[in-house]
Amino acid sequence: MSLDLRIPMGLMFSLLGIILTGFGLATNGSPIYNASLGINVNEWWGIVLFVFGATMYILGRRGQKRQASLPPEPVDNTRSRLGH
Amino acid sequence: MLNLTSVDWLIMLLYFVFVLGIGFALKRYMKTSKDFFQAGRALPAWICGLAFISANLGAQEVIGMGASGAKYGLETAHFYGIGAIPAMIFVGIFMMPFYYGSKARSVPEFLRMRFDEKTRALNACSFAVMTVFSSGISMYAMARLIQALHVFDGLFHMLGWAPEGIFTFSIILSAVIVLAYIFLGGLTSAIYNEVLQFFLIIAGFLPLVLLGLRNIGGWAGLKASVPAAYMHEWKGVAHASTNPMGIEIIGLGMGLGFVLGSGYWCTDFLVIQTAMASKNMAAARRVPLIAAVPKMVFPFLVILPGLLAIGLPTPHTTTVITRGADGAIYHTTNVVSAQAEQGRGLVPAKINPVTGKPMLTASGQPLLDYDMATPNMLLHFFPTGILGLGLTALLASFMSGMAGNVTAFNTVFTYDLYQSYIHPGGTDKHYMAVGRWATVGGIALSICTAYAAISFNNIMDTLQLVFSFVNAPLFATFLLGMFWKRATGHGAFVGLITGTAAAMLHHGLTLPIEANPGIHGGWITVVHHYPSDMAQNFWGAIFAFSANFIVTVIVSLMTKAKPESELVGLVHSLTPKPPSENLSWWRRPEALAVGVLLGAVALNIFFY
Repeated sequence: MSLDLRIPMGLMFSLLGIILTGFGLATNGSPIYNASLGINVNEWWGIVLFVFGATMYILGRRGQKRQASLPPEPVDNTRSRLGH
Repeated sequence: MLNLTSVDWLIMLLYFVFVLGIGFALKRYMKTSKDFFQAGRALPAWICGLAFISANLGAQEVIGMGASGAKYGLETAHFYGIGAIPAMIFVGIFMMPFYYGSKARSVPEFLRMRFDEKTRALNACSFAVMTVFSSGISMYAMARLIQALHVFDGLFHMLGWAPEGIFTFSIILSAVIVLAYIFLGGLTSAIYNEVLQFFLIIAGFLPLVLLGLRNIGGWAGLKASVPAAYMHEWKGVAHASTNPMGIEIIGLGMGLGFVLGSGYWCTDFLVIQTAMASKNMAAARRVPLIAAVPKMVFPFLVILPGLLAIGLPTPHTTTVITRGADGAIYHTTNVVSAQAEQGRGLVPAKINPVTGKPMLTASGQPLLDYDMATPNMLLHFFPTGILGLGLTALLASFMSGMAGNVTAFNTVFTYDLYQSYIHPGGTDKHYMAVGRWATVGGIALSICTAYAAISFNNIMDTLQLVFSFVNAPLFATFLLGMFWKRATGHGAFVGLITGTAAAMLHHGLTLPIEANPGIHGGWITVVHHYPSDMAQNFWGAIFAFSANFIVTVIVSLMTKAKPESELVGLVHSLTPKPPSENLSWWRRPEALAVGVLLGAVALNIFFY
């Protein structure tokens, strides 16, 4: 079909993960983490998001490669529309 | 209070760039009106499934469920269990063969095929109006929240702009972004962005719930911090006085589950359009079932922040007295505003803007601003960085509500109003252009609604009320239309009007206990009191449904039905079974439905 959503979505979450992890590492031990119970949420959650994003991106690319090698899928045009 | 740094802005910018980027990337695939309005009917089931619930995940869900969680506790989960899940299973297994199989391009068009032109016109007009107003309400709620959280204050200050412009800025920003990506990519763009927003909400709220639970001492700690009734979904539901929402089981089961839940999930084009964009019938039937799975899990993401907010200790103004090395005595006072102090947990009290004192309920307790439960949780736990993510997730949920409404509007306007009554027989390119301009028009109308909501305080409540009058009877019409071949257009038309009238009548004659006659009901005269406005809502839905059902049946029996040949594919008894026999048993929609049902029952037992 057209654009596989997993590619831009994976890209976005990967970038998001990189930004958060990077910022988390840069501010490690800063008092801003008092609110989050001393846990460096930016770093940890950033890693989680990056893994999610990368997985989506890889799945998307694989899906796209598979689509490109298949014959075009038959579109559901068999029955003419009722009414109108 | 809110200190946004460049990281937060970077994250928000990243999101907007991708949202628009996806729109631009999809533009070249928009070749026909089918591509634009129906996503080419070519999307995979998992994308449509996630968009199906995401279309519903607007302002109401995220903020509102948090507010309900703070006010009523776990019983709010009923909205998901009783209201949505059975309805979603029903629409997937039983109704989708007709919606998708009829190849109708919209829900009103299905009514035209099954019933007649006037039924379609009634539904199309009321739906178009409601959906544009809903979009405007989303816009308004988003702008208000941005104001209340002072999100853009820092930015405006830096740019030297007056803070009064924040409301307008928020509205224009959301309008421009949604307009751009729908104008370019149509329904596909809306669906893709809804899926993106779904994952963003998980990304923003899961860490919040985890942190909150850890802070309060896990599940046991939460149980100890909130009233016992909050932690049970079903206990005490037999009678109105024994549960926080004041509803009894018949009102709950029938009203919420059957009528309101089905009225929305089975007939609202806002969600149905995402299922109709699937690539084939089996996928279309799976879509609501796939959507039901995260729908069962989402309560934890959006209701728990509300529960946690109430359970956390209420901040108080404290003074710490310390003695310096030189013998001086220091008093350090941490001042907490009256608003926060008079509240409960992280939920502030509502302050009367004139007197500056907290507003009180009829029993003299401070009136709590439950809508602030979830936003205050975000501000309390999230440092800068992930805070930007949390706010972006909130913005995304508002915008997805708008986008779904706008695509539903432009489809219904172009196909059901414009093509049917104003300019039939035009070229496909013409209708695609009309669709794009309808998007502009729809957003413009939404903006007007958002501004009207400022001047007319009760507009949101009034609109919700009107929508409930129109929506409540709908399900009866579709039920009869799809499963009773004898139902006629005259019956459907009269039934719909009667149902709406019944809802209005019921509202005018009843009143919840703690309210005054007016917007809450009783504007004709008060014949009956309900323990809460929710209960009134549910019973009103039951009356509307029943009235519609009975009248439709009577009028149908008195009028001539369409010949059976015209109803093939539109009514259950006249439609050949969809071919799912060639799929392995676990891939069949029915198997998925059973799995979802078992899961829902298990969850309800766990939280009894």
